[in-house]
Amino acid sequence: MVASKTNGLKRVVIEPVTRVEGHGKVTILLDDKNQVQQTRLHIVEFRGFERFILGRPFWEVPVLVQRLCGICPVSHHLAAAKAMDRIVGGEKLTPTAEKMRRLMHYGQFFQSHALHFFHLVSPDLLFGFDADPAIRNVIGVAAKYPDLAVQGVMMRKYGQEVIQRTAGKKIHGTGAIPGGINKNLSIAERDELLKDLEQMITWSRAAVKLAKDYTLQHLEKLAPFGSFDSNHLSLIRQDGAMDLYHGGLRAITAEGQKIFDHVDYQQYSEYIAEEVRSWSYMKFPFIRTLGPEKGWYRVGPLARINTADFIDTPEADAALKEFRAATGNKTCNISMAYHWTRMIELLHAIEKIKELLHDKDLQGKDLVVRGQRREETVGLLEAPRGTLFHHYKVNKDDQVVMANLIVSTTNNNEPMNRAVQKVARDHLSGQKLTEGLLNHIEVAIRAYDPCLSCATHALGQMPLVVELVDPEGNLIDRRAKGM
Amino acid sequence: MSATIEFVIDGKEIQGQPGQTILEAAQQAGVYIPRLCYMKGLVPHGSCRVCTVLVNGRPQSACTQPVAPGMVVENNTEKVTALRRNIVEMLFVEGNHFCMFCEKSGNCELQALAYRLGIAAPKYPYLFPTRDIDMSHPDVFIDRNRCILCGRCVRASRDVDGKHVFDFVGRGPHKRVAVNAEVRLADTNLDVRDKAAEACPVGAIMKKRVGYAVPIGQRLYDHKPIGSEIENGKK
Ligand code: SF4
Ligand code: FES
Repeated sequence: MVASKTNGLKRVVIEPVTRVEGHGKVTILLDDKNQVQQTRLHIVEFRGFERFILGRPFWEVPVLVQRLCGICPVSHHLAAAKAMDRIVGGEKLTPTAEKMRRLMHYGQFFQSHALHFFHLVSPDLLFGFDADPAIRNVIGVAAKYPDLAVQGVMMRKYGQEVIQRTAGKKIHGTGAIPGGINKNLSIAERDELLKDLEQMITWSRAAVKLAKDYTLQHLEKLAPFGSFDSNHLSLIRQDGAMDLYHGGLRAITAEGQKIFDHVDYQQYSEYIAEEVRSWSYMKFPFIRTLGPEKGWYRVGPLARINTADFIDTPEADAALKEFRAATGNKTCNISMAYHWTRMIELLHAIEKIKELLHDKDLQGKDLVVRGQRREETVGLLEAPRGTLFHHYKVNKDDQVVMANLIVSTTNNNEPMNRAVQKVARDHLSGQKLTEGLLNHIEVAIRAYDPCLSCATHALGQMPLVVELVDPEGNLIDRRAKGM
Repeated sequence: MSATIEFVIDGKEIQGQPGQTILEAAQQAGVYIPRLCYMKGLVPHGSCRVCTVLVNGRPQSACTQPVAPGMVVENNTEKVTALRRNIVEMLFVEGNHFCMFCEKSGNCELQALAYRLGIAAPKYPYLFPTRDIDMSHPDVFIDRNRCILCGRCVRASRDVDGKHVFDFVGRGPHKRVAVNAEVRLADTNLDVRDKAAEACPVGAIMKKRVGYAVPIGQRLYDHKPIGSEIENGKK
């Protein structure tokens, strides 16, 4: 949304967005009639991580890139490892290596989705968007719904334990190495993970139900909330099943028509381009054939649920069918449906963990393969927040000479801007600036679970500051939130 | 062999041989004296000062000081440990040591020593020097960000491999390990099987494409502190 001129407009600034991982800022430009003229989600920090990788040995990258993100380091670890597999010609992993990596990945999904839902989103859902921020937070949840808060903590912990036993550490492990994995899963480790598995499945079922009931009960309010039509993009398995670790790229329109399907992601740059806009450090990716205006797309749980023909685990597949029934078997474009679809994936992840823990390949000893060396490579996977692209060039001396990362949140850049615009138009126009209204915007952004820190490579969080600025740039109102 | 030389380390009677250093005699008796620039089979260099002990109250480097009858040596005391802690902390801040993604992590003598000495976070400011990485050799690379100037590679190449691939150039903060070629490691006669290729206590000289092949939990110092192999009489 771009205002034709910014002269004579009031600016509403929300900075940064709380309960989003990282650091973002929302600017809303009002005209003199208090109508929303323009909205922008700004990303205010940039660490130039790609440059930091340049010159480093390629085998270091899967460990190094985990510094990008404190929330889903495993996604970066695995995407970079998938890329480096191709450098050593070892992309046809042994069954043990692929299954260990998948186990790590599902563990990551489980902990990330649980953290997001129980800690970041549940306050909005349980107390309402307009509730007093003093209770609308994870402490408030812990006080009023102690069982839920405990489940959130335990589920996150379980996911982290899966990560520890596959990557070697809960954060910044080393498990995935070019061409494979550096360890298998011992029987003792497997049995440790099996102990709490059934409990996790039970809680995951309940989480799907909670998200579903909430969405259906409030559908009238949620359906238009921050919603808009868009294309959707994700990886897809050859048979059309949801696959979070590997596959080809599928893109569909808002109505579900295929734009492309089973695209080999080594060629992603022939299908997807990135637009730079002067006011944001974060790029805006789009599908080339449709152009920047019409080619932007959504990624993440909602997009994956929309692109998938089915899910290859029974309970999540049943949950998918319920979701489809609720949305009239059409592609769903409701922003707030992210929460429900995220919980379907949570259930899928724990079902996959169960499947893998009973697979004897995890105790295999064949861990690494090597083959024909390459100099350019793309590693792609579905991270909890959406499709994650790692693209590298490596010289003959084994040094990285080019790195381009399109992280999930960057893929959702335009959609998040659209969501902000929609909410601002629907809820802010001509009204007084209240905390509850401002939080509506945050709720819409949060639906996308943006990890702003990895999108812009910024670290750290700051308290929320809201500023109202008049056309001359004078501060006329200011709100601060302590988070 | 001539008569033994009797002396005391931290109250324990030690019997050394003439010509032995304090460090060697202690090691034989199962007493670990921390060290970095010392490496078995290389001429002691006495440069890192991590092996500093108090001999009759005076600081000496145990890796170069020969044993003498009746010396009273202080090794594992709070005073000596505090001194070593300072030295190791300075080594950390002088270079760019990012243990969290360094492939030597878990096998690194500097890191292991920091753990053994109980260093959590250095109290000195990081200098973040600008250093380079030389990846030109097909099998070995040198990342000077992690070099602590111990000279083990220099001595190993010169005295064991008979090659003289590495040497120090520059002084003070500009001192660095240079290679015996115009600029690149690739233009030396270093071979991956050379002693110099495995002499580095940190992650500065490394074999290529090994990376993180050893999982966390199975690395040298994952479970036992550095020096425990000496204290358990395995060396
Ligand atoms: S490269 Fe390694 S062995 Fe050589 S001086 Fe530096 S730290 Fe010591
Ligand atoms: S080990 Fe003795 S001075 Fe370095």
